[in-house]
Amino acid sequence: MSDSSKNSIAFVRTEVLPELPPPSNATGAVRWMRDNLFATPGNSVLTIAAILVIYIVLSATVPWMINGIWNSDSLSQCREILDGQSGACFAVLAERWNQLLFGFTYPKDIYWRPGLAFVLLFVAVAPVLFFDLPRKLLLFTAVYPFIAFYLIWGGSVMVPLVALAGFVAGAIVFLRLIKNSFAVSAFGALVAAIVVWYAGGFLIPEAEITEGAMRSIPSRDLGGFMLNMMLGVTCVSLSLPIGIALALGRQSSMPFIKMVCVVFIEFVRGVPLITLLFVASVMLSYFFPPEATVDLFLRVVIMITLFSAAYIAEVIRGGLAALPKGQYEAGDSLGLDYAQSMRLIILPQALKISIPGIVNVAVGLFKDTTLVSVISMFDLVGMIRGPILASTEWNGVYWELFLFAAVLFFVVCYGISQYSQWLERRLATDHR
Amino acid sequence: MKKTLILGALTLAGLAATAASAATVDDVKARGKLNCGVTTGLVGFAAPDANGVWEGFDVGVCRAVAAAVLGDGNAVEFVPTTGKTRFTALASGEIDMLARNTTWTFSRDVDLKFEFTGVNYYDGQGFMVPKALGVSSAKDLDGATVCIQTGTTTELNLADFFRANNISYEPVPIETNAEAQQQYLAGACDVYTTDASGLAATRATFEAPGDHVLLPEIISKEPLGPLVRHGDNNWGDIVRWTFNALVTAEELGVTSANLAEMSAGSNNPEINRLLGTEGNLGEMLGLSADWAKNAIGVAGNYGEIFDANIGEATSIGLSRGLNAQWKDGGLMYSPPFR
Repeated sequence: MSDSSKNSIAFVRTEVLPELPPPSNATGAVRWMRDNLFATPGNSVLTIAAILVIYIVLSATVPWMINGIWNSDSLSQCREILDGQSGACFAVLAERWNQLLFGFTYPKDIYWRPGLAFVLLFVAVAPVLFFDLPRKLLLFTAVYPFIAFYLIWGGSVMVPLVALAGFVAGAIVFLRLIKNSFAVSAFGALVAAIVVWYAGGFLIPEAEITEGAMRSIPSRDLGGFMLNMMLGVTCVSLSLPIGIALALGRQSSMPFIKMVCVVFIEFVRGVPLITLLFVASVMLSYFFPPEATVDLFLRVVIMITLFSAAYIAEVIRGGLAALPKGQYEAGDSLGLDYAQSMRLIILPQALKISIPGIVNVAVGLFKDTTLVSVISMFDLVGMIRGPILASTEWNGVYWELFLFAAVLFFVVCYGISQYSQWLERRLATDHR
Repeated sequence: MKKTLILGALTLAGLAATAASAATVDDVKARGKLNCGVTTGLVGFAAPDANGVWEGFDVGVCRAVAAAVLGDGNAVEFVPTTGKTRFTALASGEIDMLARNTTWTFSRDVDLKFEFTGVNYYDGQGFMVPKALGVSSAKDLDGATVCIQTGTTTELNLADFFRANNISYEPVPIETNAEAQQQYLAGACDVYTTDASGLAATRATFEAPGDHVLLPEIISKEPLGPLVRHGDNNWGDIVRWTFNALVTAEELGVTSANLAEMSAGSNNPEINRLLGTEGNLGEMLGLSADWAKNAIGVAGNYGEIFDANIGEATSIGLSRGLNAQWKDGGLMYSPPFR
């Protein structure tokens, strides 16, 4: 029996078979495509249609880009070189890149000045954006606006120095008097700053510096993407504190402050930005005597800042409204005064909630800076639409120029968006 | 940055807040520069080149005036203006004169309180069609689709023209010249209509300009000229007669090539008066005796400026047409220098 029982089973495997790879149609790229691209007949049709569209787009653009001409003096010369083939005329970028970046009147030999200001911008902004960096770097951030002003506008070094001295004097007075009362110290700081500025005004030499590396550049000579960056950075950084103040003011229990903030926000939000810009450029020049007008750049900065401050105020108000009432009451029950409870409890939470909204406004604002081209300031779009397309050599080059503008704006806006996503992850606002 | 700017602006404003005097010419002389309003960019008429130097037909007028007043054709601060900001810039005193292909109309002259000092280009609304359409006259355009810029006088002129000729059309409204160019080339409309100079400039940028023709009909009057503010007649005279000097120079055969020779004195008394070797015309204007010589010396006479910027030798290729001298059947007619 033992024999037969032994032989009744012809073969017994004593070890486990090695795992076979899954069948080829259930793994790897094939499986992925089956799952994601061709799961149902409907999906398959959509996939094929999408591939077709991508092919059509790429087959038109890729040869156009690859055939691009980088060396030529005019559009007609480009066309001669291409000889009927499809191809881009990137030569316009090669010839006019400096005008696109800096405007057409900024002197070529001092491009390094705005260039350096741009590089330093990253150093100044880094400690604000990334709070792991040493806090001492914030000192540079505080000084940066004056350095940038001096680099871009040039002229007498006394102008930014006196301005800085005024701020320092104001800050010192403020800190000395803050123990008495906020109103007194703020007023004292203002007086101190004005006194320093007035006295410093006599130190500023009257003669304009017209020669050398640090000669002064009038505002109307600014242009190109530099102008967009300057307006964007200045207006975003100014409108954030103003927006916070407006949002708090709107929630204030003091009727006068509340009314002022509500009227301001509702008025500014109800008016198109382009109207405000026209007011800045056209109407204001009627109110000042000729030759004594406020700088056009400054007028535009004020208008854009007010505009975006109203929007940011509403975004932050949303953040404030999202906080449970218990948070406010917690602050009160701890015996904190208004400023303390706002600074320590309410605003950190409200601002965290508001990050996506604020970034949204910032990105929109940065792109809105191209609107200044309608009041004959030559920002990037103004340069393209005005001088470059109006030159006899390059009239008719649209795609290449606007593609270049799109790339520059995309890089900046995508960067802002990526930063905000990192910040949200870092702060983990959803408390999960 | 804002506060520093306020500070800087206040300082500058304080420095510059000298009382605005009534005489523009004194302001210009004191400043050492002429503030001249130009367009933000129009092919052939005004545009900065790769080095940021303004050039063009309207720019030529600015430079001539600067040379007449200050003796230097480069002593000009070009202030770019858009169609919307140009008149406020002039009225507020931001610019001393405007040379921005501006049509001389009754309401601009009278109601807006400006003074047109002449016409440097006689323009008119024209039509451009593809050659393949086989049309030789605008009256054959019955039932055509027409690309037209909205909100302009050209729109109204077009309606008038088609109504007067009792033919129909279908308008394709568009916003800007650049958009019109694309729409027209893409075949969205059979006809593109705007100022004839603009049509010529647009056609010059096409890949195959020869495939498109400008129809002979000109359906409106668009006299373009430089203008100044009301109320300073002496300044208006300077701009007017500087331009007249350019026109007269062409009529009398004074060019940039023979200017030096002519200004040494000639047998023609009018040339002598123009160039300041006889009489005291410059003194009457409050300028130096050689004011007209300086103006002509910048880029030559009217004809030379025309040929160099928009004439037949350029890519824009405009013929003189109405802008020829009166002796050649055009409208360029300067009062005598006497």
